[in-house]
Formats: sequence, C-alpha cells, structure tokens
Amino acid sequence: MKKSLPLHLGLIALLIALQFILPVYHHGVLARVMVMATYAMGYNIMFGYTGLLSLGHAMFFAAGMYGMGLSVTQLDMSIGPAFGMGILASLLFSLLVGLLALRTIGVAFMIVTLMFSQTIFLTILYFGSVTRGDEGFVIQQSVRQIAGLDLSDPTIRYFAALTLFTTVLLGILWLVRAPTGRVLIAIRENEERAKMLGYDTWRHKLAAVVMSGTVSGAAGAAYGVLFGYVGASFAQVPYSIFPLLWVLLGGAGTVIGPFIGTLFMFYLIDLSSGITDAYMLVVGVVLVLLTMFARNGLMGIVRERWAKWLP
Amino acid sequence: MEFGPHLMLAMLEGLVQASVLTLTALGLSLVFGVMRVVNVAHGEFFMLGAVLAWWITSMLGGPAAVGFIAALIVAPLLVGLLAGAADWLILRRIDYDPERTIVATIGLLYIIQQVTLMTYGPDAHPVAPPFNTRLALPWFEWGENGFQMYWPWGLSTTSYKLFVIVAAIVTLIGVWLLMAKTKIGLILRATQLDSEIAQAFGIPVERIYALVFGMGAALAALGAVLVVPIQQAHYLMGADPLLLSFIVVIIGGLGSLRGTVVAAVLIGMSDGIISVFFTPTLAKMLATLLVAMVLVYRPQGLFGAKAA
Repeated sequence: MKKSLPLHLGLIALLIALQFILPVYHHGVLARVMVMATYAMGYNIMFGYTGLLSLGHAMFFAAGMYGMGLSVTQLDMSIGPAFGMGILASLLFSLLVGLLALRTIGVAFMIVTLMFSQTIFLTILYFGSVTRGDEGFVIQQSVRQIAGLDLSDPTIRYFAALTLFTTVLLGILWLVRAPTGRVLIAIRENEERAKMLGYDTWRHKLAAVVMSGTVSGAAGAAYGVLFGYVGASFAQVPYSIFPLLWVLLGGAGTVIGPFIGTLFMFYLIDLSSGITDAYMLVVGVVLVLLTMFARNGLMGIVRERWAKWLP
Repeated sequence: MEFGPHLMLAMLEGLVQASVLTLTALGLSLVFGVMRVVNVAHGEFFMLGAVLAWWITSMLGGPAAVGFIAALIVAPLLVGLLAGAADWLILRRIDYDPERTIVATIGLLYIIQQVTLMTYGPDAHPVAPPFNTRLALPWFEWGENGFQMYWPWGLSTTSYKLFVIVAAIVTLIGVWLLMAKTKIGLILRATQLDSEIAQAFGIPVERIYALVFGMGAALAALGAVLVVPIQQAHYLMGADPLLLSFIVVIIGGLGSLRGTVVAAVLIGMSDGIISVFFTPTLAKMLATLLVAMVLVYRPQGLFGAKAA
C-alpha cells in the first residue's frame, strides 16, 4: 500500500492537472479515454483478476447505456435518476447472465457470453421502434443538466468522467486488497485449490461477474450521458473485443493497466486513421502481437522487471 | 403463392443454404476436433474464398464457366495455404492454448477483414454463375377434379442452385473418404484421439495441425466460392457464416463430423424457412439465444469430455 497508493493518487492528480493544460482536441480524447478505461477496468475484474474471459461485454455496456437512454426518452426521467437506472439495469442483467453463463467454463463460457451479447444486439435492432436500431438516438443537451451543471460543457464533462474514473479506480484498488479480491485472484490461479480451501468459488465468481458487469454498465451509461448518444453499434462485437484488447495491452490483473492500454490504443487508432480507413487492422495486429510476445501487457512487464508490488 | 408451393420454395432455398453451411461448419468442426482450438477467423477465410473467386474470374475473363472452375480449384487452395501459414507462424508459437488462440484468431479476423477492405474495397461484387437455367417446378394437388399437376407462378429454382447442392454432397463424400479410408485420415484421427501418443509414434503433430487448419479454412473457402454466384462477395460477409457455423458445431457437438453435417442441414433448412416466413432478425435472435442456452445447460454433452 505504501508505494501503490501514491502511484494511483498521483495518476489522478496528473489527470486533474492535464485538464488545465491540454489543447481542446486532446482534452476531449482524454475525457473519452477515462470513460472507456472505466469500461476496461470493469472488464479487468472478470478477466484480469478472476480469470473469466468474456467475449460479450458489450452487452453490459449496452445495458447501462440503454437503461439510461431509454429512461430518458421513454420515462422522461432527468439525467441523474436515469444514470442510476442504467447502473441498476446492468446490475440486474449481469446477475442474470452470471447465473446462466457461469454454468459453463473455458471455451464454452467465451462462446456463451459472445452469443448472449449477440442476442442483445439483435434485440436492440428488433425493437427498433423504441431503440431506433442502428441509427440510435441523441440525448438532448437540455436534458444533460445536473444540479445546474451542463454536462456537455467540455470542462464539466472532463471532471464528470474523472469522477467516475477515480471512483472505480480507487474501488478496485481497495477490492484487490480486500478478502473478496484475494479469493478472486485465488480462483484465477487455481479454482480447485480455492474450493478445497473452503471458499465458495461459484458465489465469488458470480460476484465478479456482477461487479464487472455493473462497472461496465456504469461506463456505458456515463458515455451516453457525457457524449449524448445511444446507439446499437456499442452493442456490437467490436465493443466486446475492445476492452479485452485494452486490458491485454495495458496488463491484465493490474489496477492501472486498463487505463494505460486504453490511452495507448486510442492514440494508436487515432494516428492510423489518419493514414487509412481500415483502422481496425491496427486492432488485429496488436492483438496477435500481444498474444505472441507480451502476454502480460505493458504493466505486466513493468511488474515483472521493476515493480513487484504493483497491484 | 399458396402455402404448399411457398413452403417448397423455402425448403429449396434452405437446402442451398444448408449445403454451403455444411461445408463451412465442417471446416470449423474439423479444426476443433483435431486441434481442440476454436478458430474465430473462420468466417474471414470464407469471405476470402468469395473475394478470391471474384478476383480470379475477373482476371481470367472469357466464358464464365472457365473462370468459375479455376476459382473453384485455386481459391480454396490459396486460402488453405494462407491459413496453414498463419497456423505455423502464430498458433504454433502460442502452443495452441485454447484461450490465447481465440484472442489471436480474433486478431487474425480483423487483419484479414481490414486488408481486404484496403485492397478489394467496400463494395460488393457479383460473380457470374457458370450456368443458370431457370427450372420451373410442378406442384401436385388433390383437388375437385382429382389428382392434378400444375405449374405455380414463381415456384422455380435454377440449375446452378441444384449444382451447389450436388457439389456439397460430393465434397462431403470426399472428406468422409479421406478421413475413413486413407492413411492421412488415419493420422488425423490418431492425432484427434491423443496428440501426445500420436507424436510418440512419430507423427509430426505440428505439421498435421497446420494441414488441418489449412483444410478447415479451405472448406470454408470452397463453400464461399459455391455461394458467391448467388450472393455477392463483400468484405463483411464473414460474420454470418461464422455465427451459423458456431451454432451448427455446438448443436452437432464440437469435433463430431457426423453431428456437424446433420446439424448443418437442420439449421440451414430451418434458417431458410424461418427467414422466408418471419423477419431474419427475429430468426437469428431466437437461434442465437437457443444455442447459448444449449451450451449453458448441456456444456459437457455438447463439448465432449474436454470441457469437464
């Protein structure tokens, strides 16, 4: 705790400072990165700490996003309660998914999550009259107000994203040191042994899925609130692959890794989209190279070489 | 059109879909059966087959039949070689670890898809069928005037669609003969049963894996070459065959070739029929959910002993 707390608080302080010095474009990118890094941190609870590889996390992201968005458009809620509805929706949905999908393990678990996610995407398309399908819908600027603050204003948006990011970052930092987090890591390392030691591994895995899904859903809801758009493309396969990629790149099972991976990948895609429209090529190449040469990602390498204490 | 002829038309369309799906799913199943890995890039090998078929036919020019026959031979071969090379360069180095293989093949999926987008472009291109005679089909009915035969308007198929069905059956028999009657088939089955013991008996397992991965991709490419005169070649066309192949292979039992064939015919037919009578989105939605549930409630039964 001696070294890790200053490191993570330092990152947050740096992000606060950056808000005042970054040029407009990068300021906007960083706000987006923080929301997406929150999504990646949610993914990391399951993949990095518990060893459950999901290929369908877009369904949780979409559950939060649509839970929030539909509460605004269908139930005329204001943005605060709607955000709460988004979180609630993803919490209940991840509980349901966990109860079903955790009956499988390994490759079957990956395919089941992939298929559930695909079902959600198709469901969004099927109820196009409410969800507006592929086109999606806009959350009006007049709605995106909370306590007199305009969430579409860049500075306020930045701090809102930072608040979410900080909450989740510190929450996970606490979690991985708490007994529950320790058991999750034990399950990742050797589930049979954790079971032998008397831990209810099934219950812990379910908790991991619910926490992971809820954090991912919160990120989805926040994305809709802060950037004012809700669309079916966020429920599609690439949005299930992105968090996997970000976490793998930054370092699975590290608290700070998801942020590093997201930041790195955003700028890599940003640079390459200046050269070609086929920016997903970069995603493919990075994925292949990571599996071949750097299983533990950037922070994993840092942990191996220099900082064994990195949580 | 009345219900009877309409249903018959839907079944014919379904049978064509099922033929192509059988070949594609068989490729996926073969790879899982022998190598115990899931190839997520399988749909892209399918797409590559279709795109190569377009490329070969438009390069050759001349009569449609010549280009098509060339495509039928060359496209699967090229795709197979590419897949074999990918296996040798990537999968072999990560020791065919199931989870890492999935991540790596996701990467491969995007690489193939995006390189195709950069070279072939975002447009769909048709390939001319080698022959395409329209065949009207009769319908029989027991009416007031006794048994009678008439030709309902719109109930027809083409000679090419019938050819697709025949070609798929011939390929299936070929694969079965290869697996059951040849030495290479014996080696494949031995590797499938226990790769370590097979290695101990001097079978070059790594080379067999590359061969199987190439064969699996080539089967998908063959299916794509057959379907491309009916459905145009497009760089995103790999997603549906991948999903459907997954469904087929899971229902049929991963690695069981016989199960795969039965399931492909079933799924292909019902997909064709449901799509005619209901919206395709609803059909896909229900099918996907159903299969996920099958996996949830019968994972061991459908994945074999490996999942336990």
